[in-house]
Amino acid sequence: MKISNRKFFAGAMLVSAILAGGVSNYASSHPDGLEKVAEDIGFIDSAKDHALSDSALADYGVSGVKSERLSVGLAGLIGVIATALLSFGLFMLIRKKPVDKNR
Amino acid sequence: MHIPDGFIDIKISAAFSAAAAIAVGGAVKGARNQLSEQSAPLAGLTAVFIFAVQMLNFPVAAGTSGHLLGAALAMVLVGPYAATLALSVVLIIQAFLFADGGLTALGLNIFNMGVVGVWASFGIFLILKKLLPKTKSSIIVASFIAALLSVPAAAAGFVLQYAIGANATFSVSTVLSAMIGTHVLIGIGEAIITALTVSAVLASRSDLVFGWDNQNTKLEIRS
Repeated sequence: MKISNRKFFAGAMLVSAILAGGVSNYASSHPDGLEKVAEDIGFIDSAKDHALSDSALADYGVSGVKSERLSVGLAGLIGVIATALLSFGLFMLIRKKPVDKNR
Repeated sequence: MHIPDGFIDIKISAAFSAAAAIAVGGAVKGARNQLSEQSAPLAGLTAVFIFAVQMLNFPVAAGTSGHLLGAALAMVLVGPYAATLALSVVLIIQAFLFADGGLTALGLNIFNMGVVGVWASFGIFLILKKLLPKTKSSIIVASFIAALLSVPAAAAGFVLQYAIGANATFSVSTVLSAMIGTHVLIGIGEAIITALTVSAVLASRSDLVFGWDNQNTKLEIRS
């Protein structure tokens, strides 16, 4: 059942891209736990607008893209790529460097 | 569970940013000793997967949704140090690219999800691993329970921040019971997603799973 590094890697990236780029359109749009509690109790009023709330990708949508489905999906894919760049960069930078190659 | 700007006083937010920065610094040191040529890419993949699944809000109670936190999942797959870093990467991308989670609240959010969520689930996971037989099923059960409890643990982090630094004046006990109640429900979804993902990786590449120390496999190779 063991699969190769390449297959595992490609499979996990593909699943992530499908989830963020497609399935994300079917996500519940209800407020999340913290937001709901803040609304019910009332401290939601102390929230301030996000400093970047007018940015091109704010709230997981690409500004200017009319189709909601496309907008969310594209934002998700951009997020997957951005997270991949930052996380692979970081983890490759701090991993143990191979000492000898003939293990 | 992403805290927006304004919920928590700016000075208290700064204090938690300092605490989160120290924890992230410690995690860089710890991960340096743990991440190998093999596990470093898995840590990167874990961050990507958590970002994707965090977009998938699932309904919990009337009018409420929840989404994966991913702290326990990352902890089981790549160990607590790399998990703290993976969660931090996801939270930074969300705050700066998608305006999700306030910029002044980034430290609060990293503290709750990347530090409390990860390390609480690690403690629970270690205890369960000691108590349960050394099988893959035990790892899945331990992941399920650690994930379930990691969500109210992270929610408790918020209640602590609210108690010392809320800009609103509603009673802490009201916030505590509402936060814990809601997040135990979200924890069930967290537990299911975590257990399913851990089983999938255990089935395909158990050698990559931090929480499954491959003693059995290593012995087999030697014999």
